[in-house]
Amino acid sequence: MKYGYYPGCSLHSTGQEFDRSLKAVCNTLGVELVELDKWVCCGAGAAHNLSQLMAIALPMANLALLPEMGLEEVIIPCASCFSRFKIAQHSIKTDKKIRRKVVDAIHKDCNDEARVTHPLSIFSQEPLVSRIPDLVERNLSGLKVACYYGCLLTRPPKITEFDVAEYPMTMDNVLRATGVTTVDWPYKTICCGASFALSKPDIVVKLSHDVIQEAKSAGADAIAVACPLCHANLDTRQDDMAKQFGAHPRMPILYFTQLMGYSFGISPAELYLHKHLTDAERIFEKVGHAA
Amino acid sequence: MNETAIQINENSVRFTDVVSAVGGVDVSYCYQCGKCATGCPVAYEMDLVPTQLMHAIQLGLEDVVYNSKTMWLCASCLMCTTRCPQDIDIAEALSAIKILMVREQRKPRLPDVLKFNKIFLQNLNLFGRIYELGMVGMLKLKTGKYTEDMAMGMKMLKKDKFNLLPRFEGGRVVRKIRKRLKKQEKK
Ligand code: SF4
Ligand code: SF4
Repeated sequence: MKYGYYPGCSLHSTGQEFDRSLKAVCNTLGVELVELDKWVCCGAGAAHNLSQLMAIALPMANLALLPEMGLEEVIIPCASCFSRFKIAQHSIKTDKKIRRKVVDAIHKDCNDEARVTHPLSIFSQEPLVSRIPDLVERNLSGLKVACYYGCLLTRPPKITEFDVAEYPMTMDNVLRATGVTTVDWPYKTICCGASFALSKPDIVVKLSHDVIQEAKSAGADAIAVACPLCHANLDTRQDDMAKQFGAHPRMPILYFTQLMGYSFGISPAELYLHKHLTDAERIFEKVGHAA
Repeated sequence: MNETAIQINENSVRFTDVVSAVGGVDVSYCYQCGKCATGCPVAYEMDLVPTQLMHAIQLGLEDVVYNSKTMWLCASCLMCTTRCPQDIDIAEALSAIKILMVREQRKPRLPDVLKFNKIFLQNLNLFGRIYELGMVGMLKLKTGKYTEDMAMGMKMLKKDKFNLLPRFEGGRVVRKIRKRLKKQEKK
């Protein structure tokens, strides 16, 4: 299986753990990722607040790279990028005027046909989902994980066509296939503060704290995420939460790909488990594996 | 919102059309069910919850809308858009108001949020991709909040989380796209 790969800006810097672990997991599963040449930022997080057309043109400029590389489908792991690509493609399909303007702006045709896919969709479907249990080398059934989808993987559901918006199960199903126990909790798709990380941190600290507290009361040992913005907000703000709310949450936040990779026997160093600000390696001691 | 009498005249109602022209969202279908406000994670900080802001747009109360913090507090999480029974893209309507305000050079109630958005785009123009360290630096210069988040930033640096140097390749592509879009706007 060969796919185009759009990492997005975060996965090349603050979200490099996601990039690393995704590649390792794809390698084990026999999924080939070809990074798009000369991709540019899709503007997720800010462009739509300044120019509607810019927010559509940037993803379309990237999708136009696919046919040039002989590719039909692109994997986008960052939930924020994923949602913006889906929205852009939807807009040019449904609005001829916008389409014309975008073609003019990117000086290339709009790629209607490109399939924009989140890696969770591939992992949760046949044939891969049935292959996952055979690849498991470390038993993680003692680990309780809260799957946090965040906002943009599922929303808007009619456009992302990813899963049910209010109570998705795709990530739960993938992690359960590796043997991890996932918990039932109500905050799967409640916002963490997203792109306010730099401009309005007080909101991020409160919303992310709510998410972590809710995972705690559901009995989770860790939270699994699929978005570098969610990861940054939940992982790096725990000291601030301690200051604002008294107790330090000490909740490990991992990318779902790191959990998959660990269960496949991939080394913690290769999965960049040591990169998080909140210690994530200790949870594996609980289930009898030294990190 | 307090219940003082508000002035509505014939012209004011056209504001709905302005918002619709910019964002493609017709808020006149809103029947004030309140669902957008109930699900909004930031409603606790807003002076007008999204439902009230929709109403203000419908009534053409430009000043009330422009002086509100609501759209600047919106995290674009799309919960409201997803849940609205009338299929109104509330988040997009809020973006449209922000775009309008920038165009008309109106002062936002939360200037740091606008500064962030602008620096983000400047960064894109320069590098084609987001160069996070550069963006943080520029934001600190513009907002003057040098010490905020220092401890966290240092920890992230220690963990080698940032690219220390930017790349420039994509900037040209992005600048061209922006230039052509600007030209279209003028037409
Ligand atoms: S959810 Fe839709 S119909 Fe209900 S108040 Fe909000 S905008 Fe209006
Ligand atoms: S998109 Fe904005 S207004 Fe709508 S629910 Fe999210 S934060 Fe609130």
